[in-house]
Amino acid sequence: MPVISRYSWLSLLRHGAGQPWARQWRDAAPKAAYDVVIVGAGGHGLATAYYLAKEHGVRNVAVLDKGWLGGGNTGRNTTIIRSNYLQPESAALYDHALRLWETLSREINYNVMYSARGVLMLAHTHHDVQVFKRHVHANRLQGIDNEWLTPAQAAAFCPGLDISDRVRFPILGAALQRRGGVARHDAVAWGYARAASALGVDIIQNCAVTGILRDAAGVVSAVETTCGPIATSRVGVAAAGHTSVIMAMAGLRLPLESFPLQAFVSEPVKPVLPCVVMSNTVHAYISQSDKGELVFGAGTDAYTSYSQAGGLHVAGETLQAVLELFPAFRRLRLLRNWGGIVDTTPDRSPIIGLTPVPGLYVNCGWGTGGFKATPGSGHVFAATIATGVPHRLAAPFALERFVTGRLIDEAAAAAVAH
Amino acid sequence: MLLIPCPWCGPRPENEFRYGGQAHIVRPARPEAVDDDVWAAYLFLRDNPRGRHAERWRHVHGCGRFFNCVRDTVSDRIAASYKPNEAPPP
Repeated sequence: MPVISRYSWLSLLRHGAGQPWARQWRDAAPKAAYDVVIVGAGGHGLATAYYLAKEHGVRNVAVLDKGWLGGGNTGRNTTIIRSNYLQPESAALYDHALRLWETLSREINYNVMYSARGVLMLAHTHHDVQVFKRHVHANRLQGIDNEWLTPAQAAAFCPGLDISDRVRFPILGAALQRRGGVARHDAVAWGYARAASALGVDIIQNCAVTGILRDAAGVVSAVETTCGPIATSRVGVAAAGHTSVIMAMAGLRLPLESFPLQAFVSEPVKPVLPCVVMSNTVHAYISQSDKGELVFGAGTDAYTSYSQAGGLHVAGETLQAVLELFPAFRRLRLLRNWGGIVDTTPDRSPIIGLTPVPGLYVNCGWGTGGFKATPGSGHVFAATIATGVPHRLAAPFALERFVTGRLIDEAAAAAVAH
Repeated sequence: MLLIPCPWCGPRPENEFRYGGQAHIVRPARPEAVDDDVWAAYLFLRDNPRGRHAERWRHVHGCGRFFNCVRDTVSDRIAASYKPNEAPPP
């Protein structure tokens, strides 16, 4: 079956007239050796492979996944995109990603349905107000859009929001990033997979890495997998919640802990929520998908786990919070809930770069907010692997920061308390 | 929600407890005598295993005391709980 055709109005007409659609990417069997092996076929791993091939000419690349493409956190997150982080290093990295989101559909000839509908972050306490205003000022100095809204302005931007003082945590104001929004998470994985595959990247599903082999000098020489050994001198790990497990194969411990993070969706309804709403204090984030489902994000469980489930009481607390913000939603029924495993770092910032093992690179620690960074993460990680030197925007996020003490504290930036 | 066996109070629901991370991490006796790598490892590096995990809990809405649990991080089943001065069960 022919693979990959360029999508256009013309191709749509042809297919409408009966020409069958081609497969979007090749489901490859592994070769004996690759220049680079990426562990993890989620958004970050696939984006890395795409930019390696596109921008660095490294096309002999395999992306391995123990399950199916986009079946981990890429398919489990709540698709929120924003870049209004506090520290200059983070703001630069996340805004790099946001600028790539703005042109991504055209770049990879695949509609990722990026929708800049605005992300509204609610303040319920005096402390929230001070922190968010500090974020607004910091972002404006960094050239990143973020503005402060009064409760009335917030309700005008987001109809249905209860700004009365009858609720337990009245809304005192909100920070709004208008360029923030959502994208279709599956399409991001599929689009990057298709674009990378077209450039020669092999995507190998149901192939778990079971070992990392090193030569006499200690340099990476191969990975052992459930589909046999694969020789390579460069391994890039983008395995999210399972990063600690992979890195232990090379004898490394990382400053990571893995927690379940839950999300759930309602039955689909007509458009009721025009933007993304996040609240740190009452602990909820909400948006409406283009299918009409309301998408809810809950917090992490208290304890480390790989269960991909999460406690029901955690989801219950989030639902209580959502219903207080939007009383009109209380008659909606929920359709599905699920959990993903997120890897959190002590300073709530990612780790991108080299490791003490030559040839082994890591991109992890995105915690509860990795989806928004997907294009930027892949872009800077690809440059780091291709050149062996951290990309300018990735350099502050090196593993060494936990030894030097130069942490990038974003604990206040996440909508999820951890 | 987990049912957690406090060694003093017996099994109680998870929301009576606070999680305390990996157990048996020993603070260097003389912090000024160790280098930055050792200190960073003490502060930040964790095992984060997929499987058996010895971890601290504190019964904050009960007796208030710390104790340790051995839990499987895939099934979330708790194999044992024991007092802080005791060694983990084999």
